[in-house]
Amino acid sequence: MTEILVVTSGKGGVGKTTTSASLATGLAQLGKKVAVIDFDVGLRNLDLIMGCERRVVYDFVNVIQGEATLKQALIRDKRMDNLYVLAASQTRDKDALTQEGVEKVLKGLEEEKFDYVVCDSPAGIEKGAHLAMYFADQAVVVVNPEVSSVRDSDRILGLLASKTRHAESGSGEVRQHLLLSRYNPVRVAAGEMLSVKDVEEILGISVVGVIPESEQVLAASNAGVPVILDNESLAGQAYQDTVARILGEERPLRFIDVQRKGLLKRMFGG
Amino acid sequence: MGILDFLRAKPKNSANVARERLRIIVAQERSTRGGPDYLPLLRSELLEVIRKYVHVEPDAVNVVLESDSGHDVLELSVALPETEHDNP
Repeated sequence: MTEILVVTSGKGGVGKTTTSASLATGLAQLGKKVAVIDFDVGLRNLDLIMGCERRVVYDFVNVIQGEATLKQALIRDKRMDNLYVLAASQTRDKDALTQEGVEKVLKGLEEEKFDYVVCDSPAGIEKGAHLAMYFADQAVVVVNPEVSSVRDSDRILGLLASKTRHAESGSGEVRQHLLLSRYNPVRVAAGEMLSVKDVEEILGISVVGVIPESEQVLAASNAGVPVILDNESLAGQAYQDTVARILGEERPLRFIDVQRKGLLKRMFGG
Repeated sequence: MGILDFLRAKPKNSANVARERLRIIVAQERSTRGGPDYLPLLRSELLEVIRKYVHVEPDAVNVVLESDSGHDVLELSVALPETEHDNP
């Protein structure tokens, strides 16, 4: 059985692609056969974050339109041979993605015995975002501790409960996970940023992970290496915890409290 | 963070403000969710009509669509200001 997991948010720039890349890589590290699909037609970016941008020959829309086979379009990750990327098309045609086309590609991946398909949703609630979530069994809603992101997440949670195949056919519901990213415990302690508890209370759902704001996220995207592979970084470790929780393991949240500093550091900075 | 930060006045806790604003707007948006798209417009037009006769606050008009055993009921409630009763 192939599990379809959408990474979505409503708002742009909150870390959907970073999250898609890291979750897909993390699932593959644990031995799952994983495909990660970029649904952002016209604004391809997942390939850059995964570090395979120069190996894109065929894309998602080519497969839908029958110009390439799924096997031709799937790009095998250089680091892991059970991880594949399906790039977004750079076409400007908004109608290139169709529900039938997406369903055909997902069926093809199921026939190839993929364990997980991670769908990297575009921002917004238009067609691309709708199709990315439509066939999902699970959803990771990425939210930043910031008012517009929290409000948009609530709207997306509402759409996941009503505008998906499971909701429409009554075949169960999409399992929802909330992932809080760009979290800064120092600013939370200073009362400048919404806390984990605030976001959980407002949205009425508990978090599956908290990714601390980290310089390593930019460094990883610069290098084209998903940050989850950086074992030294707090963000990478937080993503590893998140993958384990999605698979049902219980792990306590880390990196959500201020690291204690020595008195000298507190007085003179550092 | 340096020694000067301790001497500066403590800024207002903006996270609390964010939390309260979000609580209100999220609750309001959830109440109209799932209903027909015309509900927000219906609500604002009703508010306009009511305001021709009574001065009410913008959040005084509440429109809810409820489904009850096969019947859809559009429930409309208007909270009138208290002082109206004192002026005949």
